[in-house]
Amino acid sequence: MSNSTKLVPTPGQTVGPFYGYALPYNKDRELLAPGSPGSIRLQGTVYDGAGHTIPDAILEIWQPDTEGNIVHRTGSLVRDGYTFTGFGRSAVGNSGIYTFTTVNPGPTEPGAAAFISVAIFARGLMNRLFTRVYLPENEEALAKDPLLSSLDPERRKTLIARRDADGGLTWDIRLQGEGETVFLDFEGTGTGGAAK
Amino acid sequence: MPEDVNLATYNADALTEDLSDAVPATPAAGTAVPAEAPRVETQQDLTEEIKAIGDAYARALKDGAAPETQPRLDFAPYRSSLLRHPTKSLHHADPETIELYSPAFGHQDVHALESDLTIQHNGEPQGERIIVAGRVLDGDGRPVAGQLVEIWQANSSGRYIHKRDQHPAPLDPNFTGVGRCITGPDGSYRFTTIKPGAYPWKNHLNAWRPAHIHFSLFGQEFTQRIVTQMYFPGDQLFPLDPIYQSIVDQDARDRLVATYDHDLTEPEWALGYNWDIVLTGSKRTWTENEALGAEGDDHE
Repeated sequence: MSNSTKLVPTPGQTVGPFYGYALPYNKDRELLAPGSPGSIRLQGTVYDGAGHTIPDAILEIWQPDTEGNIVHRTGSLVRDGYTFTGFGRSAVGNSGIYTFTTVNPGPTEPGAAAFISVAIFARGLMNRLFTRVYLPENEEALAKDPLLSSLDPERRKTLIARRDADGGLTWDIRLQGEGETVFLDFEGTGTGGAAK
Repeated sequence: MPEDVNLATYNADALTEDLSDAVPATPAAGTAVPAEAPRVETQQDLTEEIKAIGDAYARALKDGAAPETQPRLDFAPYRSSLLRHPTKSLHHADPETIELYSPAFGHQDVHALESDLTIQHNGEPQGERIIVAGRVLDGDGRPVAGQLVEIWQANSSGRYIHKRDQHPAPLDPNFTGVGRCITGPDGSYRFTTIKPGAYPWKNHLNAWRPAHIHFSLFGQEFTQRIVTQMYFPGDQLFPLDPIYQSIVDQDARDRLVATYDHDLTEPEWALGYNWDIVLTGSKRTWTENEALGAEGDDHE
């Protein structure tokens, strides 16, 4: 169905300070039950431009399963405890730390670098930001990833998680300043959030 | 719904202070008091700052700059944004695989009654009952069917139920201010709620937010994800509000303002407001089923 009508997208606005009684829900950050076979913890801290932790940010992740399949299953808001839906949401705590229980995403195509898609919202952040977090292991795949290879080495490493001793992943987000996380514009207009 | 609120999360997150940056803190006992106390920023200071940015934008437009359609991430009059906006340009990326799809939501996730914010307690909430309805479309004009819409808002006196909202206006025991629904095959959504009040915040002295409802939307692709705010027509606070004015283009700002719609109004019951939401364009080649709107609800 082709439709040539091009509509101008509605602007975004900040999530504000008071989403805490609205967006979080029971087991929002548990894509599967903590401790279940194959589960890992993905965690990190969100920082502002002064290096202070941000206590009022909320993150969403969207990812394929361990085999790299993109699942189309409902039930992210009311989890049945068995169905992996690929979606999770985690508000940070007072110390700026978010946590998800999930699985290592598989590559969605043979040889591709595996990553999790991330959206970030915060009080003081005018519009949501998109980014990605890559698994650190497959260096060959990382080296030929189109996004990573378009970045200089210092910026590239902001998108690659650290593997913890317990098998989990740690990945911090810096909204501004030294080590600023790479945020993505999918629109090609520079106004995926209009930096300026 | 109130019983579904996860209290642990609710109590753990979201400090209020939209206040910290603007209003100078009282010096702790024993510390040296500065010779001259810092000046409290007034609405006039902020209005001038906002106007200067608006004037510069108008000049740029005149010189042929493309109209802006989204808020500026770097918009100093909203003081909380100063340390929270990226300083590097967003990096262009072609969406890949997972980003070209969206999480699926259905009636397992959202009960039909969650779209009525006036029936979540034993009694009727205070305030003006309203209906807010419209359609969610993508940038190509296609309906976004079977997707999740979440809203949250202050009550009629401008108070959020959030525990860190310290505005001394009454809470309403019959109003939580949270709703959800799943869009219909034509992208339609509909909420019954109470018209929210304006509320004061601490960006500067005598700062008030225009009445608004927060909206969270998913498209058919994760790149279309958006959180925004819907406003009511004719609000006198629009020119004064740094958050609304962070969208420097008037046409773009207007896209956040609902239209009063008498056809939506129900006799002796509720006033109707219409607001359509447009997400970004699709970047994926759709299957025939999707194009016909067959995807959405309850598919497993």
